[in-house]
Amino acid sequence: MPDATGLELLAGEIGDAAPDAILGTLHFRGQATLLAHPRHVRSVLERLRAAGYANLMSVHGVDYYPEEPRLGVIYELLDRGRRDRVRVKVRVHTEDPHVPSVTPEWPTANHHEREAYDMFGVVFDDHPDLRRILMPEDYEGHPQRRDFPVGGEPVIFTKDAGTRQDYTQ
Amino acid sequence: MSAIDASRPTSAYREMEASVELSPLKTPPAVDGAAPDQELLTLNMGPHHPATHGVLRLLVTLEGEVVRDLKPIIGYVHTGIEKTAEDKAYWKAIPVVERMDYLAYFFNAYAFCGATETLLDLEVPKRAQYLRVIHMELNRIMSHLVWLGTSALDLGAMSMLWYSFREKELILDLFEYSTGARMHTRYFQVGGVIEDVPAGWAEKVLEFCALMPGRVDQYGDLLNKNEIVLQRLRNVCPLSEEELLALGVTGPLLRASGNPWDLRKAMPYCSYEDFDFKIPVGTEGDNYDRFAVRMQEMKESVKIIEQAVHALPQGPVMVDDRKVALPPRHELATSMEALIHHFKLVTEGFRVPPGEVYFPVEGPRGEYGCFVRSDGSSKPARVHMRDPSFVNLQATNAMVKDSYIADLIATLAMIDPVLGGIDR
Repeated sequence: MPDATGLELLAGEIGDAAPDAILGTLHFRGQATLLAHPRHVRSVLERLRAAGYANLMSVHGVDYYPEEPRLGVIYELLDRGRRDRVRVKVRVHTEDPHVPSVTPEWPTANHHEREAYDMFGVVFDDHPDLRRILMPEDYEGHPQRRDFPVGGEPVIFTKDAGTRQDYTQ
Repeated sequence: MSAIDASRPTSAYREMEASVELSPLKTPPAVDGAAPDQELLTLNMGPHHPATHGVLRLLVTLEGEVVRDLKPIIGYVHTGIEKTAEDKAYWKAIPVVERMDYLAYFFNAYAFCGATETLLDLEVPKRAQYLRVIHMELNRIMSHLVWLGTSALDLGAMSMLWYSFREKELILDLFEYSTGARMHTRYFQVGGVIEDVPAGWAEKVLEFCALMPGRVDQYGDLLNKNEIVLQRLRNVCPLSEEELLALGVTGPLLRASGNPWDLRKAMPYCSYEDFDFKIPVGTEGDNYDRFAVRMQEMKESVKIIEQAVHALPQGPVMVDDRKVALPPRHELATSMEALIHHFKLVTEGFRVPPGEVYFPVEGPRGEYGCFVRSDGSSKPARVHMRDPSFVNLQATNAMVKDSYIADLIATLAMIDPVLGGIDR
């Protein structure tokens, strides 16, 4: 992980090229996080790739309910040469949960982004194949959101077909 | 014939999953301008068969016997473990997290405990770290043995399964001896391990360590000179290092292509820097290298276990922080304070400072990374496991494209996907 100074330098470097791309930095327990604007996530990741963080290890969603913007998408980047990691975080509102997909540049993000879409309802624009990955095709709602209740999932019998409850209401 | 007959009625089942696009390829690519003489066939494999590495379903587009396109469809054993963990106190979440990748339970537990320990800023005692290393490396051998047996079975080598499961049982016996359970042991706790290993366990582990390298050699004798196995593995479905890196593949699959990336060496955790071991790498990145790397890894794990048992430090196996660790049983009868701590820990659990951490560990299939977000309460606000099988599965299409369908089964066996981890 870059230290606190290194993180500020990295943020400054990216911020110089695109002034409103970086919204802030966070250094916690030796782990570095860059808060990025969702619109600029592709260019931020590209700049980090140029800075050596050439491997995207994971993309995952987070629900910050009741904070706003509620949804977060986190990119875990790894520099194999310097053995260093940095995290990029973007936040979006549930009303407009659009984040540009990074799958065209980072093929590994494909499954991760589909999972974040499935579980949190984050829509990744320009994703080549954005559909549910773990939940059934016809499932309604996004189960990993914090206001989605645990349990109470009805067992669907044939006689009950068509009477599914919508938990998003 | 090229276009799919549109007038044919679609089945209700196919309608239900209309959004699953079959391959965009409808006709085979023309060779030298000549019209193809066969049509493409989309074959549904699963959910289940692909030699039953789990409830995986593959939509394979075939031209004759040759795979032209492949789509994995997953989610059949999705049990919402990440969601369940959010509803449990940190120490109660360990057993559910362990059940994600069911062949790597110590790694799941360690990734989660390690993330929580990072949030709490805890230093785990050395003896607990060594015990964790011993259990994780035994787990790695166990996972590789299950892989070896089932993969050999896929290639038609029936007896291999019995030999590898014989040794796997020895490891499970060791787990039962030290932790009380064969699988999903709940042995790792936040701050250390639940209790010290029983007397005589270390000797049993060393007995196993003396036995295992010879057994690996025996497996090698059975398989390495077997013409059928070699024909099925050598130069079959290779994938270059660059492509593997772009697809985020980690673990033995990446090392088979010659990249020696292993978190145990590159970014040591849990005292791995104390041990002397090698990282086996391949040269071609084909199925044979994937096989050979894992075989060698078993021997290296034995080396680590032997060193850890011989150098096992004395001392506590749990942190001395009563806000996190349960007080010793005998104190409950005499100390009011211990009783209060015990009550608080068992009912509410410990509170964790707010923050987010990602804790990666090198498991038998690659990088297990646990992301934990705490909101300051005693339950995690988000638990996410970056499961290597979930990511590695994406490489299947790139590996098997333009090879025979029989090689698809062999390659899937060498990818070693564990569906419990993929679907979580």
